[in-house]
Amino acid sequence: MANPEEIAKALETEFKDAVLDSNVKNSKFPHVVVEVSRLNDICKFLLNDDHMAFDFLSAIAGVDKGDEFEVVYIIHSYLRNHSFAIKTRVPRSGPRVPSVCDLWAAANWHERETYDLMGIIFEGHPDLRRILLPQDWEGHPLRKDYKYPKSYDGIELRRDDDNWPDPGDKELYE
Amino acid sequence: MSALNTDIWTLNMGPQHPSTHGVIRFLLKTDGEIIEDADPDIGFLHRGLEKIAELLPYAGFMPYTDRLDYLAAVNMNWGWALSVERLADIEVPLRAEYLRVIAAELNRISSHQIAVGSLASDMGAFTPFVHAIRDREMINDLFESLCGSRLTFNYCRIGGVSHDAPEGWIERLSDYLDYYEPMVDVFNDLITNNKIFVERLKKVAPISAQKAISYGLVGPNLRGSGVKFDLRKDDPYGIYPELEFDVPVGLGYHEGELGSCFDKYMVRIEEIRESIKIIRQCIERIPEGEIVAKVPRNLKPPEGEIYCRTEAPRGEVGFYVVSNGSPKPERVKIRTGSFAAMSTIRDLARGWMIADLVAIIGGFDVIAPELDR
Repeated sequence: MANPEEIAKALETEFKDAVLDSNVKNSKFPHVVVEVSRLNDICKFLLNDDHMAFDFLSAIAGVDKGDEFEVVYIIHSYLRNHSFAIKTRVPRSGPRVPSVCDLWAAANWHERETYDLMGIIFEGHPDLRRILLPQDWEGHPLRKDYKYPKSYDGIELRRDDDNWPDPGDKELYE
Repeated sequence: MSALNTDIWTLNMGPQHPSTHGVIRFLLKTDGEIIEDADPDIGFLHRGLEKIAELLPYAGFMPYTDRLDYLAAVNMNWGWALSVERLADIEVPLRAEYLRVIAAELNRISSHQIAVGSLASDMGAFTPFVHAIRDREMINDLFESLCGSRLTFNYCRIGGVSHDAPEGWIERLSDYLDYYEPMVDVFNDLITNNKIFVERLKKVAPISAQKAISYGLVGPNLRGSGVKFDLRKDDPYGIYPELEFDVPVGLGYHEGELGSCFDKYMVRIEEIRESIKIIRQCIERIPEGEIVAKVPRNLKPPEGEIYCRTEAPRGEVGFYVVSNGSPKPERVKIRTGSFAAMSTIRDLARGWMIADLVAIIGGFDVIAPELDR
């Protein structure tokens, strides 16, 4: 079992500049932020290194941070019984992240979900389709600027009140 | 292509099919009766809960967590409450911790009753399902006296629970456990040790521990493959460290394959007994006192993020919550056990019979609201 500081240190020694930021000391959510281009190598190291052995991908979450998206990988090791998280940041204009499907089988559906709801493209994913929403849905609902569609498949969205809140309206979040 | 050399048929299964445990659809490619490909089509119950969470105050999302998994509402409530409590550093009174464990374990029993009963009914044995429902009904009665609801309990609050146990409730609970514990044996005589049932399941779709971990299986589905991991023991929360219980794992029961549908079923039966054991200990030790901590009405957790996981009947349920210091969360990601189980099925079902697919779904105890969120 390694503590988060040791894990971050191992990553910094192994990958140096690719680790952009780390938040491990007395943190409720110990994680490091890594360069998106080295993500695959870093994940491979975390999975295969004997002291890391992160064999379990708990979840992948996309977070809308305005100009950029954060993609969060929450991982755990059954062998060593420790947990950690990896973050990477991609620009809103072209959110492309390498897929980690070949490392963890669980990534397949989590990446599809993140693509579906957040619109982040996972390069190298074998089957990147929408998963929760219909295939012909427009837009990605978990983005902060998402507006409700006026209609879907001939069904109109009816509102009893014009002041009905639309999550895409900015002031709702402020 | 197979030895039969028949044409590949494309068949539709669901979304409204009695054995798919909710609205789930499969696109099957079959060679005779053998499955070549089973592509799950999910999302029929997608309500956008993660988006809803961003629009509500922290406490306001609690009733929605009931709908995450309506068979185990308290466990979901607890997951959400615990995430926010850890984020905002809220201490929960001891009596509330005990009430939470009692409610959560009672809910685990009722959820497993449905799981084992419906697997039996999927396999063509209807009587066990009725037996399980009969015993579950009494749990619903207990919950109704406790919090006024029979399905979506909305029992946990941030910092505690909504209602104290009414007078005489603990005695009624104790009576129920005295009644139900022998009924587990009756249930076992009826179906678990039934030769037809055992033979039907014990070699179907085994999944190795390594594959189960890679696919992210959790809870009884993972333990069925022989991995002894339970968040209540290995990453404990609440008062679980003070309670004594075992973690049952799959053993290849009845000389079957390790990690088969029967092993997962058996883990659930054994977990029912462990839950009874846990509730009995809580009944003995439950202290008097407050049931909810003092939490500001307009709760604003400090800026930060957290991933908090708890052991629900369908395994690890994790809430990844990002707070920006405002009364509403910036992002909530919910990780559930059924989602992982469902993603495994395509790989696992290949080469098995259509009738076995029903056993695989039932064995995983997949439930649609948790899958689609």
